[in-house]
Amino acid sequence: MPVVEITQTVDARGLSCPMPIVKTAQAVKPLPSGAAVELLATDAGSIKDVAAWCRATGNELVEQTSDGAVYRFVIRRK
Amino acid sequence: MTTETLAPFDPLAEAIAAADGWPEVAEPTEAPAPVPALEGEGEVKTKDFLIISYSGELEKVWAAMILASTSAAMGVRTRVFVTFWGLQVFVKDSKRITGQNWMQKMMSGMQRPGISHRKLSKMNFLGMGPWMMGRLAKQNGVASPKELLEAAQALGVEFIPCQMTMDMFGLRPEDMIEGMSEPAGAATVIGLLTENSTPLFI
Repeated sequence: MPVVEITQTVDARGLSCPMPIVKTAQAVKPLPSGAAVELLATDAGSIKDVAAWCRATGNELVEQTSDGAVYRFVIRRK
Repeated sequence: MTTETLAPFDPLAEAIAAADGWPEVAEPTEAPAPVPALEGEGEVKTKDFLIISYSGELEKVWAAMILASTSAAMGVRTRVFVTFWGLQVFVKDSKRITGQNWMQKMMSGMQRPGISHRKLSKMNFLGMGPWMMGRLAKQNGVASPKELLEAAQALGVEFIPCQMTMDMFGLRPEDMIEGMSEPAGAATVIGLLTENSTPLFI
């Protein structure tokens, strides 16, 4: 699997709902199609929320990992 | 009686088996098909979202701002019709007294306008409640209504003031925050509802 080249990182650590999603949407908006954004979040609700956001917007959730405290998502812009 | 009756009798299982339409053996379910990738510029056609922001209390304004910013973030065209107490929220924070005549001025004097000066509907305790709520929000990384409003505006949420309420409270366009849409009335709201908007009245 090719390594995803991250265009931009959204640091939403410490932020609560809905800011991880709002910040991700703001970051993704101006990017070209295919660009990948990395989201770092500590909000446990973001696991479900990021998936729901990707479904609704058509962007692709490429990666989802967690080190226990921080959730990391990689999203490719549609 | 046959030997089958020796099996332990489970009335619930019998009732379930007897219930109409209940599959006796669960059919192997396939994993849900992945959402098909979108071709070209074809956007997911979602319904628009219309929040009728009627209330001015902190907790309700907060809820309205969370939902408005989130729905815009999810690519849903979002409008907020601000009316009655909700309209006071969208007066500039720097305004203290608004209105043209003594009654309108007194009304604004009795309840300070602006999104940063909201009261709680309960446990307000002369501002102690909202202050504690603000502290707790900050400790937990919860964005304030003002931050959420700015995010919502950046994501293209339209805020439509109610013309009738503006007239009644003597509010002028320059009293309102930047970036508000043209004032409109109830027919605009009903028009949006009959077209393609999901309503929410807060």
